[in-house]
This record gives sequence, structure tokens and C-alpha cells, in this order.
Amino acid sequence: MAQVIYDHVTKRFDGVIAVNDLTLEVKDGEFLVLVGPSGCGKTTALRCLAGLEEVSSGDIIIGDRVVTHIPPKDRDIAMVFQNYALYPHMTVYENMAFGLKLRKMPKQEIDRRVKEVAEMLGIQDLLNRKPRQLSGGQRQRVALGRAIVREPQVFLMDEPLSNLDAKLRVQTRGELIKLQRRLGVTTIYVTHDQVEAMTMGHRIAVMNQGVLQQLDTPENLYDHPANLFVATFIGSPAMNIFPARVVTGEGAVRLVAGDVTLESPAEQRGRLAEYANREVLVGIRPEDLIVQPGQVGEDRHLRLPVEIVEPLGSETLVHLRGPVGTLIAKADPHVHFSPGELASVRVKIEHLHAFDPQTELALF
Amino acid sequence: MVGSNRLSSRLVLLYLPLALFTIFLLFPFYWMLIISLKPNNLLLNMKINPLYLTQFTLDHYRYLLSNTDFPRWALNTAIVTFGATFLSLTSSILMGYALGRFRFRGGNVAGTAIFLAYLIPPTLLFIPLSQVVARFGLYNTYWALIFTYPTFLIPFASWLLMGYFRTIPRELEECAMIDGASRFQAMWRIILPLALPGVLSAGIFSFTLSWNEFLYALVFMGSGEMKTIPVGTVSDLIRADLFQWGPLMAAAMLGSVPVAIAYMFFVDQYVSGLTAGAVKG
Repeated sequence: MAQVIYDHVTKRFDGVIAVNDLTLEVKDGEFLVLVGPSGCGKTTALRCLAGLEEVSSGDIIIGDRVVTHIPPKDRDIAMVFQNYALYPHMTVYENMAFGLKLRKMPKQEIDRRVKEVAEMLGIQDLLNRKPRQLSGGQRQRVALGRAIVREPQVFLMDEPLSNLDAKLRVQTRGELIKLQRRLGVTTIYVTHDQVEAMTMGHRIAVMNQGVLQQLDTPENLYDHPANLFVATFIGSPAMNIFPARVVTGEGAVRLVAGDVTLESPAEQRGRLAEYANREVLVGIRPEDLIVQPGQVGEDRHLRLPVEIVEPLGSETLVHLRGPVGTLIAKADPHVHFSPGELASVRVKIEHLHAFDPQTELALF
Repeated sequence: MVGSNRLSSRLVLLYLPLALFTIFLLFPFYWMLIISLKPNNLLLNMKINPLYLTQFTLDHYRYLLSNTDFPRWALNTAIVTFGATFLSLTSSILMGYALGRFRFRGGNVAGTAIFLAYLIPPTLLFIPLSQVVARFGLYNTYWALIFTYPTFLIPFASWLLMGYFRTIPRELEECAMIDGASRFQAMWRIILPLALPGVLSAGIFSFTLSWNEFLYALVFMGSGEMKTIPVGTVSDLIRADLFQWGPLMAAAMLGSVPVAIAYMFFVDQYVSGLTAGAVKG
């Protein structure tokens, strides 16, 4: 078990920068999720840590050892690949024992470890099968078992659940969380799925275009995104974003978008006042728009026409024609909305976000 | 398709063409066989049907094995074939792996250059090669052929293997290397077993070509006891315009046996893919 440090790591491929000056510290025993859209450099960052890619500059530290120029076999890590990468000519047992045999471990010890891990994962009956005789879920377990049996310092996982069907994925996700908490091994997990990121990680590192955008706990990432990219990437449906002009006067600071005027959150007035008479990007999460059908509620509620209604069962997504573009709101599934009608919308002002339109950094 | 499994349609669409094709391909072997077994007095007798045997004799085989150097030719051919095949296969595996797996400056150029080398006809290449063989003092030794056959074996075999190595998912050896294997161990224990069908294909290809090769064998190793089967058969069993058809065909029969055996043994491996189940699919 060990901490992992990326110290100003950059990786270039033929002039394309895949990972740009990544500095990141993963604590001992932590489950860290690297998340981002495809091509954001998360897999490259993981492969650099595994030693499968040579870094262009910077250092990687596992435990208290600088491993930047150490070959993969000597880094004491284990990796689970997206396609599992089981050795097809070996049985499940041989697959799991392979790494231990290479380390010249005594036969009895190998046997003990393989059986123990197989039992932990419920694959003890599959030990004599070849990978092609296994289902997708079973293969995934074997790949996991092969990593666990090594008892490495760090687990690396590259989208290990993305080849499973939806139901199995949710189930395995839960098991993986329990397993990691139980083994306490530092784990770095790459995914493009923000739900996986939110549910699994102690902390999440959001990457985009090779650059680390934010590193924080799931709650903080959701409630206090550092910039526009993180705000729209985390959360489903995505945060509503629209431009608004900051208007000051009469001791108040207001945000004006089209024919709608919103009061600034009290504690953010000072911050917003700096942008007086300029535009900012305003963000509001779908659940922070409280919608009711018809023209009920107080006068200060907005009246917006309903465009589309998406009942999802556990909640209903209501698309509203906002002052600037569409706004999506989450509503109680038991309340009926009809397209074309007006809905009454209350904005939870205290949950507003605002971003600088140039730097896209969060103001609050 | 519904109905297409009926016997009559299978007969017309499948078995009849297959049968015709098989007859067409096997006829030369049949011809070789019956001539090698016919007594001399019937060989050129036009009054009887030449397509089947009326009398049968092993005289030609006996003559071939006791009155000619055929056993020695067979030994020579075997030594040269195994030597050249082993050398070519080893080099081709390493080269195919390097070309298939590593991205390095000039890699593609090297790959193309090797393939272009394959396109130079042996009938041209033997002229400079004979100089090389002579200067190294290899003339009329086994090494003359063991070292020259790879000139046409390695280009093809390494290209075949390069393609095969590329079909094996890269993650497998990456995983092996993380599991604690060096690159060579990963290649030896993971990639090579999976590439076995490709390696066997390249091996059979090399074996067949070396076994049947004529030109280099004639030029570089064509005198005295050092002849190979193809050279010996032509030089010793054809005396000016006198063709000893019986022994010639007997030699051809015996000469093609090892190749046939090689194919028979490995045909399953040759066809089957071992990579099923490696990754999702």
C-alpha cells in the first residue's frame, strides 16, 4: 500500500500533448477516480503510472520510490484492463497464478492465495476453465482476481466495468467499492462515466484536454465546481448555463437574462458587483429549479412555457423555454405537466453558480 | 436459407464441384504413383490403358534406394531444410514481432524494404550470391543453402508473422509486463503460444520451399554426394535424353512424402485461431 504522486507529468505523442503538466497526489488507501471525456488524457495518465508509456517530463512516485524510469514489472502495481486481457491459452487458475509464478513464489503459497481470492470473488468453481468458456461478468471477475492475488501496492483500473451490461455494471460497481474499502489498497480508476466517478471515488480528478480541471470529493465537485467544464461535465442532466448581465443599483445586485431578472445571492453580491454592466455565465442545476404546473405561487416566481416533458419514473425532466435557451428542471414524477402550458418556476437563488465568460472559472 | 440443406442441392452445389476439384488436384499424384509402380515393359506400351495398373512392381523403388544416392540426397535435403527453416523462423519471429509491435523510426521503411527484397527473382539473385558463397568458402557445404534459403524465406515469413502478431491484442503483453514479465518473457510465454498458428504457417511455408528448391541447390551444392533430392533426381535419373520414368516418379513420390506429412500434422493448428476469449467478444 502506498501513496502515488504525479509530479508535473507531461506526455507528448508526436507533438500532441496527451497529459499536460499533471500534478496529483493520491493518498495511501484512497480510491481516486480519473474522469473526463474520451481523449482527455486520463488513460494516458494511467498508462504512464503503469509504465506502459514513458513520460515526456516530470516524475511519478509510488510509495517513496521514484518509478519514472522503472519498467512496469518492477513497479509493484496491478492493472485491470477494459477488455480484461485474460491470457486465452491459460486456465483461470493459471491466469491468476501467472504473476506469482514469475516472482518465483513457492507453489503452496500460490495455491493458497489463488484459492483465497477465488473464493472472495465467487469464482472458485471456474478455476479450471479457459477464458473463452466464461461469460463477460465472470471474465471481469477473473481479471479482478488476477490483480488482487498479486497484493500490489496500487490497483490501476481502466474502465473495467464498461463492457458489462447495465444491470451487472451497477452490481459490480457496488462490489468493487466494498472490495476496495476492505482491502484498503490505493486504487486509481479511470472512467468516462460520471455516475461511476461520483459513486466510487473518495476523490475525483476531472481531466479535459490533458489538463487536470479539479481534484476534490464528489460532493465538493458537484456543489462547488471550479470551472464551467466541471460544472457541465458532472451531473446529469447537465447544469443549465445561460448568459446574464450584472446590473447594480438601489443597493442590490441583479442578474438580467432576457426579460427575467434574478436577485444575486446575498453573500455573493460583492463578487458579482465587480462584473457590473458585464455579462457572466449563470449556472443552475436542474434540481434547483422548483417547477409547478400552472400559474401558482408567488409573483416573484418565473412563468415559463413547457417545451418537452420526459418522465423517467423516479423523476420527471421538464424542458422549459427560458429567457435565453432551454432550461431543464427536475420535477416530482407525480405532478403532471403538458407541453405548451405555462409552468411556475422558483429558482433556488442560494444555489446559483456564476462563471467568468472569458476564463470560464467559477466566481461562486 | 430454407431448403438449401436438402441432399440433392448439396450434391450439386457442394460435393460435385469439390469432387471435380479434388480429382483435378490429385491426378498428378496418381499419375506419379502408378508410373512408379509399373514394370518397365508396360511403361511405354501404348496398347494398354495408361490410367490404371495391370501389373505392379516395387523395382523402381528398390533401384532408387540401392543403385542411386537417393538416401544421401534425402539426408542432404533434410539437413538443409531443417537448418534453413529453423534459422528463418527464428529470425522471422523476432523481426515480425519488432515490426508488428514497436513504433520506431524507419520501421515502416524497413518493413517495405524487406518485402521488396522478396520480389527479386532468385534467378537474378543467385549470381551475386554465388560470389558470396564462394568468398566465404561455403561452396558445396550445407551452410551454402542454409544461409541462402533465408533470403527468400525470411521476407515472406516475417511479413506473415508481423500480420499475425498484430492480431493479438496489445493489452495481453502489457498485462503480462505489469504482472512481472520482461518484454522477452511476455513474448515467449504469452504472445508466442497465441501466435502458434502463424508460426506453424510460416514454418510449413519455409519447410516446403526449402524442400523443393532447385536453383540454389543446383548452383551452390550440386556436386558429388551433396545433391538434394530435386537436383539429384534430375541430374542422375535423366541421362541425356533418356528419362528413367520409373525411378524418377518413385523419387518424386518419396520426395513429396515429408511435405505431405508436415501438412497433415499441422493442418488443425494451421486453421484454428487460438485467440478466442482473450478479450471481450
